[in-house]
Amino acid sequence: MKTVSTFLSLEAPGPRVRVWLDGAPLHLPHGANLAAALLAAGVNTFRGTACSGAPRAPYCMMGACFDCMIEVEGETRQACLLEVAEDMRLTRPGAPGDA
Amino acid sequence: MHETDLAVIGSGPAGMAAAAEAAGLGLRVALLDDQPRPGGQAYRDVDRVGPMRGAVLGPDFVDGRRLTAALDDPRISHLGGAGVWAIEPGFTICYSRENAARLLRARRVLLATGALERPMPVPGWTLPGVMTAGGGQILLKQAGLVPRRSVLVGTGPLLYLFAVQMVRAGINPAALIETQTRGDLARALRHMGGLFGGWGYMTEGWRLLRVLQRAGVPRIVGAQEIVIEGEDRAEAVRFRRGGAQHRLPCDTVFLHHGVVPNPQAARSLGLDHRWAPRQQCFVPVCDAWGEAAAAEGGVEGVFLAGDGAGIGGARAAELQGRLAALRIAEGLGRIGSDERDGRAKPLRRQLRRELAVRPFLDAAYPPFAEALRPDDTTMVCRCEEVTAGEIRRAAAQGCPGPNRLKGFLRAGMGPCQGRVCGLAVTQILAEATGQSPDETGYFHIRPPIKPLTLGALAALAETGEAVGTDKTAPGQGDAA
Ligand SMILES: Cc1cc2nc3c(=O)[nH]c(=O)nc-3n(C[C@H](O)[C@@H](O)[C@H](O)COP(=O)(O)OP(=O)(O)OC[C@H]3O[C@@H](n4cnc5c(N)ncnc54)[C@H](O)[C@@H]3O)c2cc1C
Ligand code: FES
Repeated sequence: MKTVSTFLSLEAPGPRVRVWLDGAPLHLPHGANLAAALLAAGVNTFRGTACSGAPRAPYCMMGACFDCMIEVEGETRQACLLEVAEDMRLTRPGAPGDA
Repeated sequence: MHETDLAVIGSGPAGMAAAAEAAGLGLRVALLDDQPRPGGQAYRDVDRVGPMRGAVLGPDFVDGRRLTAALDDPRISHLGGAGVWAIEPGFTICYSRENAARLLRARRVLLATGALERPMPVPGWTLPGVMTAGGGQILLKQAGLVPRRSVLVGTGPLLYLFAVQMVRAGINPAALIETQTRGDLARALRHMGGLFGGWGYMTEGWRLLRVLQRAGVPRIVGAQEIVIEGEDRAEAVRFRRGGAQHRLPCDTVFLHHGVVPNPQAARSLGLDHRWAPRQQCFVPVCDAWGEAAAAEGGVEGVFLAGDGAGIGGARAAELQGRLAALRIAEGLGRIGSDERDGRAKPLRRQLRRELAVRPFLDAAYPPFAEALRPDDTTMVCRCEEVTAGEIRRAAAQGCPGPNRLKGFLRAGMGPCQGRVCGLAVTQILAEATGQSPDETGYFHIRPPIKPLTLGALAALAETGEAVGTDKTAPGQGDAA
């Protein structure tokens, strides 16, 4: 997985916890906004669309667009409305392998 | 079931100010928001922002703490992380919190659900790396993230504010590609009267532009034919200015051409809406206190405040929230009408001053024409991947409005329920059929207006109504 983020963190983030993304471990700041934490970790694609498989990533960050949808413990949720918790199991519906 | 006098949906400036005012007049208030913490869009997560981020975001942002601090009142229960998915007349508020559905009964309801970014369908806008400017700002406010190599595209003061915040953070945007023209500015100057009322905003605007100039951030005004290029993500923005084509490489593109009222909650209640030509959007019909006009067969006792009632900005939202609270307290017998009017008078004076600058702003920064009339191949409905051309073809085959469109295409039937494309769909259909936006109408919005997981519903079904008792201690604002 690419780890170069297109974003830079202004401040050193707090303590990190392990989460699982498509089965691989990832260390994200505890309690951080999940969509933001994934972007900061260099995750550039969150899902592929159901119709054409086109890649998507967070667009609005306010719960409106649903382009940040990701599976959390098997349920489809909006990553921009969640906070990072230890051992979260995330899967990206229809996302290409390493984007 | 948890019972309260007033349920406020949305804890932005409008909702927070309304809750504090109502509680001060003796009402019990439940303040619900799907965000974990109070602040809304303007003051997102303001209580968690440290000194450094506070300096980047600026004094207007940290001023929001005034509002979050006022939530520390035993009569207010702030329910963070509570997405309201249905409001039933009477009122029963249905919401999900911690993945369980809950109910709450309230005598009055105030919708303070704020604004959405105006849809900006340009070629390439669905690529990863393209976000709304407001969304980019949320990354900065909530997570302290700054884009390494970004371009801001569109129009309006929010673009300047965001660009200046990036400059303060030490990473300048590569450029501002602005869509308004010098002609727009000339037309806007006819609203000089408003400029005097809104003098504070004008000087603030100049100050922001000076910062950008001194930092050497290029501004291109009057850009056209904007296209975002990229294979799997945004790689560059192409545009024309005058006779010349330009191409700017970047990782992140921020789009913005104004905000519009978030219609979901108001529409789900069947409230009347009217097209506002100056603001190019629908606004709910309500009186000077924010009480919604009871539509035929509609619900009574619903109030609106803030940008959800018509765009006025964060300070206007706060004043409108307080005005609505005064009327609600009077209606519930807490104060007499003389006291209500006495307290309202200075608020109304301030509100007039706040709103004075709006006609100028609306004229100086009009929506980007190409995004209002996207070319046929541009995607409009992001969820179901429907293009502008498909919508126009449906219109040519006799589709008169957004709801009939669902019989032709799946536009608006995806998870976002038209939040992102709804206004664009109305405008494209209106133009294609030669009808007005009012005649064309808008998507019918039906509950649930927020996603409801099966797990959450199961929790409600298991325990029946009793599950609605939210154990949150009153005043447990995450505000502290
Ligand atoms: C993305 C974005 C960023 C912005 N940034 C700025 C800024 O930096 N500065 C500025 O001056 N203006 C900004 N604005 C403009 C904004 O509209 C402000 O004028 C101001 O925040 C409006 O205040 P409000 O109280 O009306 O609504 P908001 O502040 O938008 O608050 C509304 C709240 O309602 C909640 N909500 C909506 N629907 C539901 C529901 N069904 N259930 C539960 N909760 C719900 C939302 O989560 C939100 O917290 C921004 C707008 C947007 C869309
Ligand atoms: S980014 Fe739009 S819903 Fe999460």
